[in-house]
Amino acid sequence: MARYALKRLLQGIVTVWFIATATFFAMHFVPGDPLVNDKAVPPEIRANLEARYGLDKPLPTQYWIYLRNMAKGDFGISFTQQNREVNDIIAEHFKVSATLGILAVVFAAFGGILWGALTALYRNRAPDVIIVMLVILGISVPSFVFAAFGQLGVVKINDWLGFTLFPVAGWGTVQHMIVPSMVLGLGTMAFLTRLMRSSMLEIVNADFVRTARAKGVPATRIFRKHQLRNAILPVITVLGPAIAAITTGGFVVEIVFAIPGLGRYFVQAVQQSDYTVIMGTTVLYGAFLVFMVIAVDLVYGLVDPRVRLE
Amino acid sequence: MATTLSFEPVQAAREVETISRPSLSYWQDAWIRLKANKRALFSLYLVIALLAFTLAGPLLWRVDPAVPDLDQISVPPGAGRAVTVVEERAPWMGVSAPLTPAASGAGTLGAPETLAVAGWATTRAVRLHWSSVPGAAGYRVYRSIFDPEPDGALGLPIADVLNPANVSFEDRLDLKPLLYHYSIAALNAAGEESAAYVSLAVAVTRVITAEEALQKGLVQSIDDAAPGDVLKLPLHPLGTDYLGRDMLARLMHGARVSLFIGIVAPFAFVLLGILYGSVAGFMGGRVDQALMRFADFVVALPFLLFMILFRILFDVQPGDDSIFPMMVAMVLLSWPAAARLVRGQILQIREEGYIGASRLLGAKTNYLVLRHMIPNTMGVILVTLTFAVPSAIFTEAFLSFIGMGVAPPTPSWGSMCNEGLKTMLTTPHELIAPAALISVTVLAFNLLGDGLRDALDARMRSTE
Repeated sequence: MARYALKRLLQGIVTVWFIATATFFAMHFVPGDPLVNDKAVPPEIRANLEARYGLDKPLPTQYWIYLRNMAKGDFGISFTQQNREVNDIIAEHFKVSATLGILAVVFAAFGGILWGALTALYRNRAPDVIIVMLVILGISVPSFVFAAFGQLGVVKINDWLGFTLFPVAGWGTVQHMIVPSMVLGLGTMAFLTRLMRSSMLEIVNADFVRTARAKGVPATRIFRKHQLRNAILPVITVLGPAIAAITTGGFVVEIVFAIPGLGRYFVQAVQQSDYTVIMGTTVLYGAFLVFMVIAVDLVYGLVDPRVRLE
Repeated sequence: MATTLSFEPVQAAREVETISRPSLSYWQDAWIRLKANKRALFSLYLVIALLAFTLAGPLLWRVDPAVPDLDQISVPPGAGRAVTVVEERAPWMGVSAPLTPAASGAGTLGAPETLAVAGWATTRAVRLHWSSVPGAAGYRVYRSIFDPEPDGALGLPIADVLNPANVSFEDRLDLKPLLYHYSIAALNAAGEESAAYVSLAVAVTRVITAEEALQKGLVQSIDDAAPGDVLKLPLHPLGTDYLGRDMLARLMHGARVSLFIGIVAPFAFVLLGILYGSVAGFMGGRVDQALMRFADFVVALPFLLFMILFRILFDVQPGDDSIFPMMVAMVLLSWPAAARLVRGQILQIREEGYIGASRLLGAKTNYLVLRHMIPNTMGVILVTLTFAVPSAIFTEAFLSFIGMGVAPPTPSWGSMCNEGLKTMLTTPHELIAPAALISVTVLAFNLLGDGLRDALDARMRSTE
C-alpha cells in the first residue's frame, strides 16, 4: 500500500512537471508579446522590463528558472497587476474556488448516492420514474442554465420570505455558498445518481442479500450494511474525474454568481494576456486535479478491502 | 400387462440443421435490437430532425440571421406583428403651468395630483403632463416596465425637468411597444426628491411613418400607407433577440456551429484515438507502455483550462472567430479516452483464435489491424462517439457562454444563451429557445448512445 502510494505520488509529480512544461512552452511559442501595449515603449525601458521579468535570458535558462521557482512554490509576478505576486492572487482566489468545488462534490456525492439507491429500491414505481426523469434533465441541461435559474430561484425565495436568506451574488458567508455549490454539483449529481442506480440494481437481489434476508436481517440493516456499501464502489471510482469536472467547471457559476474564484480570474487573465498568472493557475489546477485523482484511488483501496493496490 | 410398449427406432432428426431464421450480420442484428428499443428509436428520429433543422432549415426559412429588424426588438414568439402608420412627428411645445408658491414654507413636497398622456402614446414619443406641485423646483421622471406599486421601485430616472413652470415631458428614449409605468416625483430647490410620487401605466403602440414603411418594403408605394392604416411586419415565429434579429434563423445558423463542432470534433478525436490505440495495442510491450503513459499525461491536463489556453496559442483576439482553434484543441485534448478503449479491445482481440488463423494464412499486420481488429471494435467506438457528441456540444456552449468560444456576430447556441441570460427576466424567450435546443440535442445523443450500447454490445448492456 505504502509502496503503491509512493509510486502514484511520484507519477503525479511527473504529470505535474509535464503540465508545467506544456504550459511553459505553449506560452512561449504564443504569437504576440506580453510587454506590448498601446503605448510605444522606448527600447531602454523595454530592456529593463525584460530584465525584470527575466525575459532577456535564453529560453532554456528561463525554463530552468521557472521550474526551480515553481519547486519553491513561487510563480512570479503578475504582468498586468503591478507588483502583485501570482502566489498572492492564487492564495486569495483559489481558496474560494476550492471551497465551492469541494462543497459541490460533497453535495453531488451525497445526493447521487441517496437518490440512486432510492430509485433502485423503488424500481419502476413512482419515485424511481420521477427521479430518473429528473436525472435525464440534469444530464441534458447546461450548467449556465441551472446557474441562471438558480439565481432567479434565490430572488423568488427571498421575495417570498421577505428577508435575504440566500444572497443573490457574492461570497463570504455560508449562505453565499449554498446555492452556487448546489448549482455546480447538480450535473454531477445526476450523473452519479444514474451510476448508483445501475450499480445498486445489480446488488438489490444479489445472493448475499438474499442470504441476509433469509437469516432475518432487518431491511434497513441490509440496505446500510450490504447493499449500499457494495453499490457505492463504482461511484467512488468516478469521483476523481468528477472532482476534476467540477473544479474546472466552476467558471460559469463563478461568473453568474459573481464569486471571486480562480476560474473567473483565469478567464480575465487570458483576456489580458497575463502570462505568469495563466501559467500559475494552470499548473496549480493541474496539480490539484492530479492529486485529487490519486487521493480518490487511495481511498478506494481503503474502502474496499478486496482491491489490492499494487 | 395389456398395454404394449412400442419401441420404435429413433429417426435421425433433420430439424437440427434447418435454419429457423436467416443468419444476420452483426450490424443487422444490432439494427433489429435498436428498432425494438423505443427510446433509442425516438432519439434517433430526434437526431435526424435536428440535422434536418440545421441543414434544410435555412433553405426553407430564408431570413438572414444577421439582419436586425429594428421595429421588432426583443419580441416574444408570435407577438407584435402589427404597426400603425402615422404622420411625421410634429414638434410639441409642452405644457406649462403657473408657478404656485409653497403653501407652508419648508414642508415636504407632495406628489402631482394628476398625470396624463397628451395625445397618443406611440413608439415615437410618449407625451406626459402633470399638475404642478406647490413649491417644487423641478420634477424627476421615472420609467419602468414593472409596476412600482408594491415596493415603490420606480425604475430608471429618465429625465429631470428643472424648470418648475414646465409640467410636461416628452419621452422619446428607445420606446418599445410595451406597457410602461411612468412615475413623477417633485424636486425641491436643493434637488432632493420627494418621497411622494404619482404613477401612470401607459400602453405604447408601435408606429411607423409612410416613408419608413416604403423604405422597409412594407408597402409598394407611399400611397398604400395612409395614416391610421395597420401594416403587417415581418413574421418572427420564435421572436427576435435584443438587436431585432430573427431567433429562428439564428437558432438554425447557430446549430451549424454547435452541431458542426459537436459532431466533427468527436469524429476527429475518435479517429485519432483509434489510430493511436490500435498502434499501441498491436505493438504492445514498451511501445505500448510509452504511448499509454503519454496518453495518461494528456488526460491529466485540466481540460477547460487548456481549451482556453489554445485560444492564446492560436492568437485568437477577443472578437475573432475561434471555431477552428476550438476544434483543434478539442481533438488534441480528447483523444486519449478513445485510444485507451481501442487499445483495450485490440489487446483482447489480438489473442483471439481467428487472428492466429488469419496470421497463419499469411495475413500482414496492416490487413490484420484494418480488416479484423478495427471492424471488431467498431461497436464500442460507435458508442463512444455517440457519447462524445453531447460533451462536445456542452464544451462549445460553455466556452461560448463565458465569451471564450464563438465570437459575435456568428450565432452559436452557447453564445445565444449568453446574450439571452442578460435579459432573462424581461424577455425569457431569448434564453429559453437556445437552452432548450442544447438540452434536446444532448438528451437525444445520450439516449441514442444508451440504445446503441444496448444494441451493439451485450456485455455493456445497462441494467434497466
